[in-house]
Amino acid sequence: MVLESSKWVMFIVCWLFKNVSCNSVAQKIYVELNNTVPCVRLLNATHQIGCQSSISGDTGVIHVLESEADLEWPLSKGPNPPYMVLLESSLFTKSIMMKMKNASSRVAGVVVVPKTSLPEFSPHTTCPNENTGVYTETYDHNLAHCNTTVWNPRGNGLSYEEFDFPVFSLKEDNETEIIKQCYFDHNRVVNGSGLQYPLCAMQLFSHMYAVTDTATCMRRSSIDFSSFPVKVCEPLGGYNVLAFIRPYNSTAFGHKENESVVIAAARLDSRAFFLEDSAGAEGSVSGFVTLLAAAQALREATQEAPPTRNILFAFFNGEVFDYIGSSRMVYDMKNNKFVIDLDNVHSILEIGQVAVRSGTNLFLHSDPVSRRNNTVHDEVTNLVKNLQSSTAGLNFSFVETGFSQPLPPSSFQRFLRARAIPGIVLADHQTAFNNRYYESFYDNAAHLNLTYPSNLSPEEQLEFVTDTAKSLTEVATAVARALFKQAGGNNSQVNNINADPKTVTQMLYGFLVRSNNSWFQAVMAPELKDVLQPNPPWYYVGVAKLSHQANALTYLVQYLLANLTGTATNLTQSQCKKPDELPNESTYMYSYFWVQGVVPPNSTQRESFCIRTAVRLAKAVSPAFVLGDYVSKEYSTWTESQWKFIKARIFLVASRDLEMLTLGVGVAVLFTSLLVTYFVSTKADVLFSVVREPNNAAY
Amino acid sequence: MTASVFFGCTFIAFGPAIALFLFTIARDPLRVIFLIAGAFFWLCSLLLSSLVWFITVQISNKESSSQQKGLLIFGVVLSVMLQETFRFGYYKLLKKANEGLLMLSAEETMPISIRQLAYVSGLGFGFMSGAFSMINILADSVGPGTIGIHGDSQHFFLSSAFMTMAIVLLHMFWGVVFFDSCEKQHWWSLAVVVISHLLVSCLTFQNPQYVGSLVPTYIIVFLVGLWAFFCAGGSLRNLKLCLTCKDKDFLLANHRPR
Repeated sequence: MVLESSKWVMFIVCWLFKNVSCNSVAQKIYVELNNTVPCVRLLNATHQIGCQSSISGDTGVIHVLESEADLEWPLSKGPNPPYMVLLESSLFTKSIMMKMKNASSRVAGVVVVPKTSLPEFSPHTTCPNENTGVYTETYDHNLAHCNTTVWNPRGNGLSYEEFDFPVFSLKEDNETEIIKQCYFDHNRVVNGSGLQYPLCAMQLFSHMYAVTDTATCMRRSSIDFSSFPVKVCEPLGGYNVLAFIRPYNSTAFGHKENESVVIAAARLDSRAFFLEDSAGAEGSVSGFVTLLAAAQALREATQEAPPTRNILFAFFNGEVFDYIGSSRMVYDMKNNKFVIDLDNVHSILEIGQVAVRSGTNLFLHSDPVSRRNNTVHDEVTNLVKNLQSSTAGLNFSFVETGFSQPLPPSSFQRFLRARAIPGIVLADHQTAFNNRYYESFYDNAAHLNLTYPSNLSPEEQLEFVTDTAKSLTEVATAVARALFKQAGGNNSQVNNINADPKTVTQMLYGFLVRSNNSWFQAVMAPELKDVLQPNPPWYYVGVAKLSHQANALTYLVQYLLANLTGTATNLTQSQCKKPDELPNESTYMYSYFWVQGVVPPNSTQRESFCIRTAVRLAKAVSPAFVLGDYVSKEYSTWTESQWKFIKARIFLVASRDLEMLTLGVGVAVLFTSLLVTYFVSTKADVLFSVVREPNNAAY
Repeated sequence: MTASVFFGCTFIAFGPAIALFLFTIARDPLRVIFLIAGAFFWLCSLLLSSLVWFITVQISNKESSSQQKGLLIFGVVLSVMLQETFRFGYYKLLKKANEGLLMLSAEETMPISIRQLAYVSGLGFGFMSGAFSMINILADSVGPGTIGIHGDSQHFFLSSAFMTMAIVLLHMFWGVVFFDSCEKQHWWSLAVVVISHLLVSCLTFQNPQYVGSLVPTYIIVFLVGLWAFFCAGGSLRNLKLCLTCKDKDFLLANHRPR
């Protein structure tokens, strides 16, 4: 009976326990900020860039910066250093950040609140990927290090600076309001007089484990003391998305006899100062959306009358960080780890930034050094001719750039480093970039003038064809026609090749406004539908994961390309998982994806089906990590530091005097009580005299 | 707030308790045992009262704040009653134990008198009560922030520390008075102990007007302290003799041969 009742008591206690709400003192002290984006540390062979906080967080009195002149208060005049400087994005400039970097003993951290944008802002370098492209001192001395053309003149290099205080960006507006309210209540200077304690302060935690450079942190990561090795840093990387129009056996690597391939390339990733905020609308989305639309346009024509040469649609990931994806592909081709090799590559057409035109022309960039060879020059001229004739009937034209100008930063440069292959890079800029926000978080849908009428629902916005979509559709049509001609297709079919503006506008909506829309839902696999969010996907390439997991962007492009170039089959879901059992299907040649499909009207069930496609993912991790050469000058050596946790919180701090007073009072109380107790205990027999009792008097 | 506030508040809250422990209890293992047993009894009373309060809170309407306040008052009163009940229980246990110890020990006299037991048990109650009041607050005082961002008073840590010191001292005094009145069967003084405990606990409902709760509490500490002094056998005469250092003569004078 006792056991029974005690069991009941235990049961009740356990049930009650999970309903506990903790109303502790900590909740009265701290307000946790949940939606913050930190600046993290990246390392390469020679440097570390990014931001670092101390291991127990950095605390500073909040100061809201109103203008650049106001910087004097945190940097020199303010009486309560260190300060946590809160600034709006219009004040997030290089000069202000550099001033704070130089006075970092008085600055505990910086918090950026995204609001209005600057007219131009690019935290990237002026000469992107200058050491890993093809223009080295040996290739051509005059063209190296952007001596002839500075591609990104607005670049201030802020993303590549090192800060020894944490820099965070706030995402949500409610939290900014709380912080500003706290600041106005407690921290405002009243007529230049001293501030009254308690003051509003903020603490930022973003302690990064890795230091110095990649070689150091990889060495520390490899020390294996316990069964749970601690990784100090991880190499950046992801997957390239590839699709041949005529697939090869995926297990047969190396040179293919009599096969000639035209590579159509585009870049997938981009970055910003705050890596999670990377948008890349003009920088990468314009390019790969155009290429996806061109792939769709070519599907019918290449299936009816396959051209002589094969076409490879290649979407390279990690290009921002010294061409991770393209350098890995070239390495694999050279080492017979890919289905074709460099001898099979006939020519390359790359789509760069194509959405911000300053006229009606798009420019064709080529490499002057390789064109000194006559064969290459003839092939390039032929490609230019194919491109220029493809714009017939469209509202723009292709113009070649000057003969002495090098290629802009592009994946094509890595192929040129290995071999002089003829190729063209398409771009909307003739010399410097038209992109005022190259690799910054302002390069978003608004930058591309992606405006929708205000009364449309999200689904209607998905279908609305914007002007940007129309112009990109024309570019895609021209690219598709040029690729068809370049691959030796029948000229009579060319005018039937047209890109679909509806596809383009849906892709632009999905990649720049909201990835969780009905079309993307229909195209994705059921187990991957959680990658679709009400925001655009992340464009930062991220850390190369050990398992076969890619980031959201890679999956989106993979499944879109599958949908746009593959064929629907009648296979059931279980057959789709094991198609080799069927006579006509082969996983060596094709990939089979079970996709969700659309929801027909008057029904709630999705019409899922199995799609057969030649789309494959190829690992995009820098060859430097394959070779173990962490100081490589040839390949990308970028790694991202690991960290334990990243958080931010605000609270009030009391004055030092009050704290010391508390300590003083405590010590005084302790000493007094020690004295009094000593005194009383030695005189206890006098003080507490007892009435004498015969048998039980004792002390 | 920082380490200095942490240490300051710890010393304020537990200074007298540490001093008393060091000088009067630490040398004698028997006293240590009874101290810990007393602390355990207080802990049991807390467990029981918190269980009851918890169940009632879960059953009640969580949205209505007046009901929650009423429940809190009920919880406080219940807790005080349970603490005093357990103190009485401990007294009974000690009486029985004393008889047992006497039978077992070879000596004729008791190793520890009931008066010392009263003091030790009261201090044990005080230790545990102070620990439960203060440890949670001390843990949060180590961080860089102080209370106030939601508009609460800044002096929370300091006043909690002073309140805890008062509680520790009060439990010690109540222990002495309680056992003494149980020995002499003075039930009215028992009632006064319980009422003063209730009064001090209910004074904390004045917070955050810390002055309103601390000042009356310290007045009660002083009064109960005086009462405990007299119960323990002290008198003004002894005090005067002590302070004027005439105690040696007094001792000799008192020790007449039996």
